[in-house]
Amino acid sequence: MNQLYDVIIVGGGPAGLSAAYSAWENGAKKIIIIERDRELGGILQQCIHNGFGLHHFKEELTGPGYAHRCIELIKDKPEIEVLVDTMVLDVLRNKTVIAVSPAKGLLQLEGKTVILTMGCRERTRGAIRIPGERPAGVFTAGAAQRMVNMEGYLPGHKIVILGSGDIGLIMARRMSLEGCKVQAVLEICPFSNGLTRNIVQCLNDFDIPLHLSHTIVKIHGEGRVTGVTVAKVDEKMCPIPGTEFDIECDTVLLSVGLIPENELSRGLMLEMHPLTSGPVVDQHRQTSLPGFYAAGNVVHVHDLVDFVSEEAEIAGKFAALEAQGKLDKNLRTVKVNPVDGVRTCVPQKLSLPQGGEKAKLFMRVAAPQRKVRLEVKSGDTVLVSRMLPVAKPSEMIAVEIPAEKTALMGDEITVGLKQ
Amino acid sequence: MEFIKSADVVVIGGGIVGTAVLRELSKYDLKCILVEKEPDLAMGTTKANSAILHAGFDAPTGSLKAITNVRGNQLYHELEQELDLDIKWTGSLVAATNDEEMETLQELLERGKANGVEGLKILSREEVLQKEKNLTSVKGALWAPSAGVCWPFGAALAFARCAVQNGAEVMRDCRVLGFIKEDGRITGVETSKGVIKTKYVVNAAGVYADEIAKLAGDESFTITPRKGEYILFDKTACSSLVFGVVFPTPTKKSKGILVCTTTHGNTFIGPNAQDMEDKDDHAVTAEGMNEIIASARKLIPDLPMGAAITEFSGLRAVSDTGDFIIGASAVAGLYNAAGMQSPGLTAAPAVAEMLAEAIVKNSGAQAKADFKAELPKKHIFNRLNWDKQAELIKENSLYGRVICRCETITEAEIVEAIHESCGARTVDGVKRRTRAGMGRCQGGFCGPRVTQILARELNIPVPEVLKERADSHMFYEKNQAQEGEV
Amino acid sequence: MAVETRIMNCIMCPLGCEMAVTVEDGAVTDVKGNTCPRGAQYAKDEVTAPKRMLTSTVAIEGGLLPLLPVVSAAVLPKGKILECAAYLRNVSVQAPIKTGDIVVKDILGLDVDIVASRDMEKI
Repeated sequence: MNQLYDVIIVGGGPAGLSAAYSAWENGAKKIIIIERDRELGGILQQCIHNGFGLHHFKEELTGPGYAHRCIELIKDKPEIEVLVDTMVLDVLRNKTVIAVSPAKGLLQLEGKTVILTMGCRERTRGAIRIPGERPAGVFTAGAAQRMVNMEGYLPGHKIVILGSGDIGLIMARRMSLEGCKVQAVLEICPFSNGLTRNIVQCLNDFDIPLHLSHTIVKIHGEGRVTGVTVAKVDEKMCPIPGTEFDIECDTVLLSVGLIPENELSRGLMLEMHPLTSGPVVDQHRQTSLPGFYAAGNVVHVHDLVDFVSEEAEIAGKFAALEAQGKLDKNLRTVKVNPVDGVRTCVPQKLSLPQGGEKAKLFMRVAAPQRKVRLEVKSGDTVLVSRMLPVAKPSEMIAVEIPAEKTALMGDEITVGLKQ
Repeated sequence: MEFIKSADVVVIGGGIVGTAVLRELSKYDLKCILVEKEPDLAMGTTKANSAILHAGFDAPTGSLKAITNVRGNQLYHELEQELDLDIKWTGSLVAATNDEEMETLQELLERGKANGVEGLKILSREEVLQKEKNLTSVKGALWAPSAGVCWPFGAALAFARCAVQNGAEVMRDCRVLGFIKEDGRITGVETSKGVIKTKYVVNAAGVYADEIAKLAGDESFTITPRKGEYILFDKTACSSLVFGVVFPTPTKKSKGILVCTTTHGNTFIGPNAQDMEDKDDHAVTAEGMNEIIASARKLIPDLPMGAAITEFSGLRAVSDTGDFIIGASAVAGLYNAAGMQSPGLTAAPAVAEMLAEAIVKNSGAQAKADFKAELPKKHIFNRLNWDKQAELIKENSLYGRVICRCETITEAEIVEAIHESCGARTVDGVKRRTRAGMGRCQGGFCGPRVTQILARELNIPVPEVLKERADSHMFYEKNQAQEGEV
Repeated sequence: MAVETRIMNCIMCPLGCEMAVTVEDGAVTDVKGNTCPRGAQYAKDEVTAPKRMLTSTVAIEGGLLPLLPVVSAAVLPKGKILECAAYLRNVSVQAPIKTGDIVVKDILGLDVDIVASRDMEKI
């Protein structure tokens, strides 16, 4: 059973699929995608709304539509093997992957390279410590989305949504279209964490109130949720006594953040980044352990699947090159430091050949700002500078550094905002 | 009310005490029925407590608490093998952070010796740090090697299943409404399912034990529910917390807010202690959580709060007598096991022995020759090596489908948990038996799938599947368009 | 003559440009802040006849899943979205279905088709 794969890909969502296609395009001859769900496509299959693919496929697609495109690209290629309904239990540092499925039993696969594309999961009630009873009817927005859009059941009829991340906003519209009543969306921050277009078309269109700087201070109900007590919060996000009011509902949907799913990465003892909660990678998406690559939401949570695909294609390419022994080994490392208003930046380091190499940085800002200048600097030298009309934490900013500029870099660069 | 069944003993309450009593009684030629008002066993204090098998140095020497604690601890060592219980004999530490507390440790040591606890020892700061590196603020600690942690739900379920395999019966969703008495003696129990004729009744109704006793005419005690809240951490946080059981130095009211790692590797902090009026108030409060966080920080300054995965609360049954209430009531035929607060979990098998002995003596029952003490061992997929896992999947392909990703729980284990005796009927029932949904995503991925498996295996529509209690529906049918909408 | 400036966010793509839209007597005379021509068109439509895409599901029999995701082939009048969604809740189709297959032709006489947004094989 021990076959040597050029590339083993853990996860068959958009990142895994894009990585597989790119690895194939770049000459890998034996590629396998391992997916735990019953079909490929990952979370996209439940994101039935549109708005995907404008960058990557130059066309506005639904989630399933985007997944379909990705699946078409890898279909019927003898070099690419797909296992669905298969769960990876362990990945060892020698690139052995242990997986199980009802159809094939326990599998032990050996790879020359491994790409981690496990995606992310949702932050739960427990993680944010919402007080109150523990009735049925409290769901993460994504879990509810799967039930409504793929399984054919409703999570409830009268809904309060905590958190104004995109999934929460999309679910507000979705539940309205299903004939349910969305009572309110609550956001603990003084600003929304979702895309502006989603505030407009998911809340405003349906007259759903968005309460900024508000949170749930108590969940009520014995069997099923009967309501929530809501309060305004101060600038430290602490509830302000006396501002409480009750909202009747049978369902609470939580859209309070996504966490990269890195149990396998931790098992591999990859260097992790405390703020992205994903592995530290270079611009090739190689992790701290040679031969292991990571891409997509497992590295850092994206707002656009298009960037996930872009990032995964890079990982697929370099994994394929490494598997064929074509990777330049003589690289110098440049550290990328987010400063002044930039919270995170991926990649966290660059591995540059002589003469430099084109690199793209993806970053998130710490707080919303208007009319700021993004600067990539090495010492005092500004390498790239760009004016941003608006910068929001919810919207990832991408900036490309041309190869000749990377050649000018010292041992570290900074990316920051300037008023 | 309709007469439905006839028994020698009816045990009221399916918590750790009720199930332990049922198992003990099932050793004799007595027809025993356990009635539980909830849809599952162990849904009261047993499912939400500190899960500690105490050594026995806390309670006053000579008290029922002290006697049954020390005896119960010994019995768990014997039951562990028979019933395949999940226990880790970690030992426990009582940590002192100042000289005054060090003096209290000395008192505890003396009392423990008097109670018959073996191996107690006071450790220096250095010795403590060797065991628990994160207890950076301690001065010393009392070490009790005989203490451990167990899985209380698993223990109650094992007791009940062992009793069932020896002829006892368990009726869930069966609430006691009253008693039938003849000449002052109990002859029957009125339940929500009908009348059960019986000679003896064991009252193990937890926080409701006083109300049950009162229904039977015994008003000799009252029970106050004392709420304790907990915060549970992800397994990955264990190494920055503790590996075993760590108590602060106790106060009069409680053993204090402790830090402890469960048999499944999750560390928790808690409980606080708040006397309540409402016996159904399980709400966790912001104040309570702040209290336990602040308290736990005294032991472990650097708490990894970002790794918290859930919060819950439990109600302990505190009697007004200050001790356990065990034995025959003034009402003929009634036996109480009440006020079973800490160390009730540890004491349960010993309490069961005492009550069974009393009932057997009274009834003249004989021990069964064919009592089957051992339960069949279950496969826990995530604790097996690859070869064993591969073998299991060959036998039953559902072992190859992982439903709960966080805890690696397979479909086969979930199906088994539904179909075994005293099996799961609800999503939380599956969670308690298999741990599907207990992990860091708290059922985000697997909750809907477990719901669908329950519907399939119980042959009911998905919208009829409950999370836990009555009306706790998980999902509903989709809305059809109403007239006027289109 | 009534002249007003409305601030609105374009929803045509995730950029969400904030635009200043000048409206004179109910007609758009100027749009500022848009990055592309789609923004200007959106602003005009939003003032005169707002339109939205609709995505939802319909029941499907004989497929891997019980639901088929669908999307409107073009934008629909915003005021008719809820009505169209309600209509789709009572629609059921048979597998197999291919991406782009018409599920509902000319929904509610609005001259827009509802099409499948994924394949659904028959099983």
